[in-house]
Amino acid sequence: MKVLVVDDEEDIQDLFLQKFRKEIRNGEVEFSFATSGEKALVYLHQHESEAILILSDINMPGMSGIELLREIVEKNTKPKPIVMMITAYGDDETRNKALSLGADDFLNKPLDFGDLKERLFKR
Amino acid sequence: MLNFFVAFFTLKFIRKHLNTKETLPQYDQYLKILNFFVVPFLLLLVYTTFKRFLPTINFGWFLIFSAITYVLWLLRQNNLASSLLKAGLPFYIVNSLRDFLEYLMNDFVEANDVYIDFLFLGALFWMVAFAISTNNQIKALKKEEEKNRIVVGENEKLEMLVKERTSEILAQKEQLESTVEELKATQNQLVQQEKLASLGELTAGIAHEIQNPLNFVNNFSELNIELISELKEALTSNDKAAASELIEEILGDITQNTEKINHHGKRAASIVKGMLQHSRTNTGQKEPTDINALADEFLRLSYHGLRAKDKTFNADFKAELDPNLPMIDAVPQDLGRVFLNLINNAFYACNERAKNNTQTQAAESYKPNVTISTQNINGTIVVTVKDNGSGISEENIEKIFQPFFTTKPTGKGTGLGLSLAYDIVTKGHGGNMEVESMVGVGTTFIIKLPIS
Repeated sequence: MKVLVVDDEEDIQDLFLQKFRKEIRNGEVEFSFATSGEKALVYLHQHESEAILILSDINMPGMSGIELLREIVEKNTKPKPIVMMITAYGDDETRNKALSLGADDFLNKPLDFGDLKERLFKR
Repeated sequence: MLNFFVAFFTLKFIRKHLNTKETLPQYDQYLKILNFFVVPFLLLLVYTTFKRFLPTINFGWFLIFSAITYVLWLLRQNNLASSLLKAGLPFYIVNSLRDFLEYLMNDFVEANDVYIDFLFLGALFWMVAFAISTNNQIKALKKEEEKNRIVVGENEKLEMLVKERTSEILAQKEQLESTVEELKATQNQLVQQEKLASLGELTAGIAHEIQNPLNFVNNFSELNIELISELKEALTSNDKAAASELIEEILGDITQNTEKINHHGKRAASIVKGMLQHSRTNTGQKEPTDINALADEFLRLSYHGLRAKDKTFNADFKAELDPNLPMIDAVPQDLGRVFLNLINNAFYACNERAKNNTQTQAAESYKPNVTISTQNINGTIVVTVKDNGSGISEENIEKIFQPFFTTKPTGKGTGLGLSLAYDIVTKGHGGNMEVESMVGVGTTFIIKLPIS
C-alpha cells in the first residue's frame, strides 16, 4: 500500500517511518511525504494511475487540506485515491465539510497510531 | 463790622473743611474759643457807638485774623488751606494796614480815603472770587470723593466676586484633577483589558502551537520505549552479527528521537515563555531582539488563534523575512503586541471581505492572504503587514490611530489596539508607523524601526 502523508511539520515523517517500522520492513506499506498541499498535488501528478492513500493535515499554511481535497476530487483521477483527513480542530463542522467534500475518513490529532493502523489495513 | 462776619465764617469754615480737630489738634481748641469769642466781639461792636473803643476792637479783629492766617500757614500743604490763605491774605493785609494807619495817621487815611477803600474793595473782591473758586473746588472734591467712594464700593464688590469666582474655580480645578486621576486609572484599566483581550485571542493559538510539539514529545518518547524493548530483545539474540547491526540502528533512532523530544520540548517552552512575556506587566526594559523570530511567532499564533475561534476561517499567510536582519534593542513584549495587533487586524479584514464575497457570490475567486515581511533598508528595519482584505475607507483611515476608534461591532474591539501600537512604535522605539489602504484591495501597515 502506498501512502502519501501531507503535513507541514517535517518531524511527522520520522514519526511515521518509525511507528510503521515493522510494516515498512515487511513491505506492507510504503510512505511518501509532502510538506504542503501544492507539493502533494505535484507528487500525485507524477504518480497518476497509482493507487495512493492520502493522509492529509487540514491546517497548513498556503493550500489547506480542505483545498487539497477539493482539488483531488475535482481532478477525478482513476483509480480514485482514498483521502483521510487529520486535524487538531476536531470539530463537527470541519469534519462534516471534509466528509461532504468526499473525504473517506477523518482523524484527530494527536494521532492514535494503533487506531490509524487499523483503519489503514482495513482498506 | 464786616470783618467780624468774615472772621466768624472763616473760622467755622476752617474748622469744618480743614478738619483741624485732627490735622492740628493742638490749635483746634484755640480756634474754637476764638470762634466763640468772635460773636461777643461782634455784639460789642454793634452796641458800641463810642469811637474811641474801635481801635481796641479792631485790634481784637487783627488778633483773630492773625491766628487764622497762622493756622492756614501751618496747613499750607493742604490745597484748601493754601487757597484760603491766598484768598484771605490781601484782605488781611489791607484791613490791618488800614486799621493801623487810621490809628497812627488818621489824617493821611482821611486824605486818601478813596484809594484805601479801593484797595479794600479790591481785596474783598479777590477774597470773594477766591471763595467762589474754592467752593467750586470743594464741590469738585466732594464729587471726586463720591466717585472714589463708589469706585471703592465697586472694587469691594469686585473683590468679593473675584473671591467667590476663585473659590468656584478652585473647586472646579479640584474636581477636574480628581476626574483626571479617574481617567488615568480608567486608561490603565483599559490598557490592561486590551492586553488581556489580545491574550485571549492568543490563547487558542498558543494551545494549538503547544499541542503540536507536545504530540511529538509524546509520540517520540513512546517510540523510544518501544525501541528500548526491541533493543533488549536484540541483546538476548543468538545471532550476534545480525543483532549488532540491529542494535546499532536502534541506538541511532533512539538518539535521533531523543533529540527531537528535546527540540519539541524547547519549542513548547519558548511558546509558554512568549505568552508569559506578553501578559507580564511591562518593565519597558529594552533587550537585543530578533524581529524576524518575533514576526514569525506572532504570525503563527495569530493565525492559529483565529482559526481555533472561527473554524470556517482560513487564509493563506506567509512570512518574507530578510535573513540579514540585525538584532535591535527593543521591548519584545511590546513589539510582539504591535505585530499581533496588526496581524489580527489583517486576518480580520480578510475574513470580512470573504464574508461579503459570500453574500455577493464572488467567494470562489477570492484567496485571503496575509504577508508579514521584514527588510533592512539603509539602517532601518522595515516591517510590513499586508493583507488583501476589505480595506479602510478614506474617512476612517485618518482616525485609525485615535484611541477608542473602532469599526468592529460593540464588544469586539476596544479601539485601543492600533493607538497603543502606534505609541509603542513611535514613543517606545523612536520609529514610525504608516498605513496604505484601498477599499476592496487591501491594507498595508509599514513600521520603520531605527537599528541604532
